[in-house]
Amino acid sequence: MTATDADTSLPAPQTRLAQFWTFLRRYPTVAIGGTLLLLIILMAVFAPWLGTYDPQALSPARRLRKPSETYWFGTDMLGRDIYSRVVYGARISLAVGLSVAILSTLVGLALGLITGFVRLADSIIMRIMDGLMSIPPILLAIALMALTKASVQNVILAITIAEVPRVTRLVRSLVLGLREQPFVEAAEASGTNLINTMIRHILPNTLAPLLVQGTYICASAMITEAILSFIGAGTPPNIPSWGNVIAEGRGVFQIAYYIILFPGIFLSLTVLAVNLVGDGMRDALDPRLARRM
Amino acid sequence: MTNQIASAPLLEVAGLKKYFPVRKGLFQRRVGQVYAVDGISFTLAAGETLGLVGESGCGKSTAGKAILRLIDPTAGTVKLRGRRIDNLSRRDMRPFRREMQVVFQDPYSSLNPRLSVGDIIGEPLRNYGIASGSELADRVATILAKVGLRAEQMNRFPHEFSGGQRQRIGIARALALNPGLIVCDEPVSALDVSVQAQVINLLMDLQKEFGLSYLFIAHGLAVVEHISHRIAVMYLGKIVELTDKRTLFAAPLHPYTEALLSAAPVPDPRARRKRIILAGDVPSPINPPGGCRFHTRCPYAEARCRTEEPAIREIKPGHLVACHLR
Repeated sequence: MTATDADTSLPAPQTRLAQFWTFLRRYPTVAIGGTLLLLIILMAVFAPWLGTYDPQALSPARRLRKPSETYWFGTDMLGRDIYSRVVYGARISLAVGLSVAILSTLVGLALGLITGFVRLADSIIMRIMDGLMSIPPILLAIALMALTKASVQNVILAITIAEVPRVTRLVRSLVLGLREQPFVEAAEASGTNLINTMIRHILPNTLAPLLVQGTYICASAMITEAILSFIGAGTPPNIPSWGNVIAEGRGVFQIAYYIILFPGIFLSLTVLAVNLVGDGMRDALDPRLARRM
Repeated sequence: MTNQIASAPLLEVAGLKKYFPVRKGLFQRRVGQVYAVDGISFTLAAGETLGLVGESGCGKSTAGKAILRLIDPTAGTVKLRGRRIDNLSRRDMRPFRREMQVVFQDPYSSLNPRLSVGDIIGEPLRNYGIASGSELADRVATILAKVGLRAEQMNRFPHEFSGGQRQRIGIARALALNPGLIVCDEPVSALDVSVQAQVINLLMDLQKEFGLSYLFIAHGLAVVEHISHRIAVMYLGKIVELTDKRTLFAAPLHPYTEALLSAAPVPDPRARRKRIILAGDVPSPINPPGGCRFHTRCPYAEARCRTEEPAIREIKPGHLVACHLR
């Protein structure tokens, strides 16, 4: 602080890759969660080449087989291969989780910026958001699903609507805080118009907390999707999703525990991976701990 | 100096007031107001520095922001080069913003952490379409040199700089548009003492070079002593004394100024002085005392001070005081 005019020579600039390694070593939770998540994503993408069968192929003669060399996770009461259904189910969970995270973040960001800047819009939009938040998100999603037909798109839409109010609140509070920052006042004093102030000064400073919130939304959307499918209000039953598989195995779990065990494990691992990444990023992006990213 | 002020004031502030409503309850009922700035008047000539001094919460920063139109004043007029700017719309205000810039107290929150130094200093230039591309980079490099930073530091980010360096970046941003007036809102309060002197000297050098006027807001007389030509002392939203620096330090007339002066440290360990210690706290600006606002803490207060508010008047040429007893 005192050596104002002294050369602030920084440590030798690292290459991008080296920086990335240092980052991972400093935040091991991101490394562990990220690796796990990457494996699950690879599994979903390369599902047809991972020794799977058609996840929807019925074979009543081979129903309720225990895990074996042919059926790694056993078969369900219609003779479908659980391993194949779990591997393909990852696609649904990831698609729902990521879509909801991206959609609700974008919508919440837009609404949050508007409410943070326009007073009239603030009182109207925030009352609607309060109304939406007063309904438990799962009930809201069930109600919305009851209005439409079961499809993956509608599940994504329903969960997004349930998640948007939280993001809006977060962004609004960030915007209100940032607007009082001297650098925003300085921008106004130097003739920056409202649009540019938003784009240059407000928006970039909301991204770090928003990214963290996005990961939590991704995790909770996967759980909500599983719950919706489990109670039969989610993805149509012919599509293998983890929630569907667990729901189907529920009736026979005392004799065929493996039907619900494996999708359960995968659901937990995926949510854990996403949350680990989120936790690690929260620490990494916390300006009090480090101004590095 | 007085002649110059009379002929061409750069900034004229008359009866400037800023009240903040205090709202309560479900329907945001107005239950009172904070008299943050309650009718202050002064002029500032080109090339002059006016120090605005007062305790925390006396309204000095609010006055600065109201002059800059970062907040809208409740009443009063602000004239910049003879043109009224206090009633202009956001759009009409824009060309006048080039004329007056601001340097803030906190060198950390006054720079956007996600913009490079070049972008921060270049922003005002880009806003007014003054320069772009390589010309912009050249301009920014020139300004950086003026504040004692190097051109290659343009691509760095604020967190890579020390507090003093950041304040230099803030000053560079204020200089970019070649303004006539810079409102310095406690620009050195957050810095180490050694760095404070560097920044103040920088501001004085820049004043000489560009003929800048400063409205220099500070909470202690020690800081403004070096840089100011004239000093205004504020107490609870009002100016209580306004005169040139020498007179203020040699012969202060307002009891509050006396108390402030006696509190300023003297760089001589053997110096013995009479300290005037004010009793009590600053009264709330929501409910300021009647009569003279200083009477609750004034060692000389009389009956008249409690009922009648003293108007600010010119006691000697160029020496304005708001006190019944002088």
